[in-house]
Amino acid sequence: MSEPVIEIRNLNVDYGLGDQAVHAIRDVSLTLHRGEVLGLAGESGSGKSTLAYGMTRLLPPPGVITGGEVIYHPEKGDPYDVLSLTDRQLQAFRWAETAIVFQGAMNSLNPVHKISTQLTDVLRAHDPKMSENSRNARAREMLKLVGIAPDRMDAYPHQLSGGMRQRVMIGMALILQPQVVIMDEPTTALDVVMQRQILGQLVELRERLGFSVIFITHDLSLLVEFSNRIAIMYGGRIVEEAPAAAIYRDALHPYSSGLLGSFPALRGPRRELTGIPGSPPDLKGMPSGCSFHPRCPKAFEPCSSKIPVLTPHGDRSVACWLVES
Amino acid sequence: MTSIPDAKAPADEVVLEAIGLTKHFPVRRRLRDLFSNRHDAVHAVDDVNLTLRRGQVVALVGESGSGKSTVARLLAQLYPRTGGDIRLHGESTRVKAGTAFRRYCARVQMIFQDPFASLNPVHTIRYHLTRSLKVHGNAGSTDAELEQALHALLERVALTPPERYLDKFPHELSGGQRQRVAIARALGAEPEALLADEPVSMLDVSIRLGILNLLRDLKERLNLAILYITHDIASARYFADQTMVMYAGRMVEGGDSETVTQSPAHPYTRLLIESAPDPDRLTGAAEAADDDRGNGEPPSLIHPPSGCRFHPRCPSAMPRCSTDLPVPLQIGDAPGHWAACWLYDTEEVAK
Repeated sequence: MSEPVIEIRNLNVDYGLGDQAVHAIRDVSLTLHRGEVLGLAGESGSGKSTLAYGMTRLLPPPGVITGGEVIYHPEKGDPYDVLSLTDRQLQAFRWAETAIVFQGAMNSLNPVHKISTQLTDVLRAHDPKMSENSRNARAREMLKLVGIAPDRMDAYPHQLSGGMRQRVMIGMALILQPQVVIMDEPTTALDVVMQRQILGQLVELRERLGFSVIFITHDLSLLVEFSNRIAIMYGGRIVEEAPAAAIYRDALHPYSSGLLGSFPALRGPRRELTGIPGSPPDLKGMPSGCSFHPRCPKAFEPCSSKIPVLTPHGDRSVACWLVES
Repeated sequence: MTSIPDAKAPADEVVLEAIGLTKHFPVRRRLRDLFSNRHDAVHAVDDVNLTLRRGQVVALVGESGSGKSTVARLLAQLYPRTGGDIRLHGESTRVKAGTAFRRYCARVQMIFQDPFASLNPVHTIRYHLTRSLKVHGNAGSTDAELEQALHALLERVALTPPERYLDKFPHELSGGQRQRVAIARALGAEPEALLADEPVSMLDVSIRLGILNLLRDLKERLNLAILYITHDIASARYFADQTMVMYAGRMVEGGDSETVTQSPAHPYTRLLIESAPDPDRLTGAAEAADDDRGNGEPPSLIHPPSGCRFHPRCPSAMPRCSTDLPVPLQIGDAPGHWAACWLYDTEEVAK
């Protein structure tokens, strides 16, 4: 396996303070390797977006990082902890090292500015010495890279379709050639046809530019197809982490297999599917022990009292008492 | 309780039919249009034919903007139609408001996409369901009967025990439970047809199937006709008996769900199915987008393309496609499987 780019160690994120605090991320450790696509799957409220915002220190209040570290390995130089950067260092780190494409990215463009202004703004902030001509040339180049004719530079966001806006956002994220791109549900608002086009393009760009991707979505079937490794989150913890093929063929955690069984197949025999009974846990009143045990078909006696820890099994890890025993 | 006159009607009796249903939304005219006699309109739905039968689920699949929700709203008579006909038990109906609308509502109910928005946050579940029962005259005459009807409704949608849910507010329930309440409210009218507009797309993936299985169960027990609107063709295959595919306001293909998804005929349906995520493809990192597979975007519906609306994106477009509007043609691999595509014009091939 190639060297790591980002190592998250025992990250904890709370919303709120004191007794009222809701623990959104508990003790999450995760490593992103150079050049890989790491999928992060889970239901709403499982903490997958919070994890992405936590590791880039973008958490809006009342979100607080209460513990852990996020070690970033730059291409040259020594690794450092993102969580202990000063504001100035953080400013240089963001976008140039890790970029993020937000959920509903097509609405995160400013409607009153041309896309050329929005693209060059990043360059102006990070490299003030760059001349206006070279900024424009770079922006043009980026648009071409994501498959938009450079003559659309002077378009306003409303003049572009949803798919094109999404491409602009991806281009904008890549403009400073970051090592890591975090995509938070980048295609949820798009149609399947457009989704495939954009993801295909992303894969191609990744091969060309060699960045790593953290891909967050609730659509596990999409992740299995597009990512190298998948981490599945439930109730603020990672319950299983494995190569994509391994999860698909043989998921060890009952939640992973339940999630996989929630997608009707387009091919193969038609079979009766059940989904997962019950509803996702409320972060305010987490069940004791394994947070999945009230919904788990295979729950047995240690599940309700002891919290399973993520333990490695070969090239994968899983947090479940079934596998332990 | 009032009984529906033909509640014991045989299965696959036609409940609701759309014939040549058309809806154009006028576009606000600009100043210069006043002098030019131009009347632009968004051609949201054009010439849609659809039949809902008792005990059957028909899925309507399409991208956003293809007009599938407009079809549901037209069938629910929430929008007046521009052309065509809606027939309830073979009888042409056009209702606007008042008692006629309520009578229609009692037979054709709609379930909306977003259960977070379709329930009033300041009222309890009891209030929502009581309203539905009272408005449609199914509440009985005494409090005890009402209470019994409420319990029966919640039990039908598997929210048990009912007492636990009746006095809760919508924010105290999860998304799946809220959608169940929305379904219970629709059932309070004792309808014959349910129009479900993306009933699961706002819900968490793990509970979507629970709702679909509930709807299927209700369809069988209550002999309902269901229109299931979705953008996810895999769930249409799972849930629906018939699948119709819509593109840019027109129906392009229809037939038995299994046939449509396993041997799609129309190039657009093929594109849709190829684009759906498929874990079996397992390339680790999928192949780059093919350029000749009908990339591009849906057309503007104000000035839709002439001929077949898919022709500018179609990989197998012929000269004829840009001039002649394709008619539904039988495919012949399965009874009832049709596609509106000139590729299947046997006379043309014979000529």
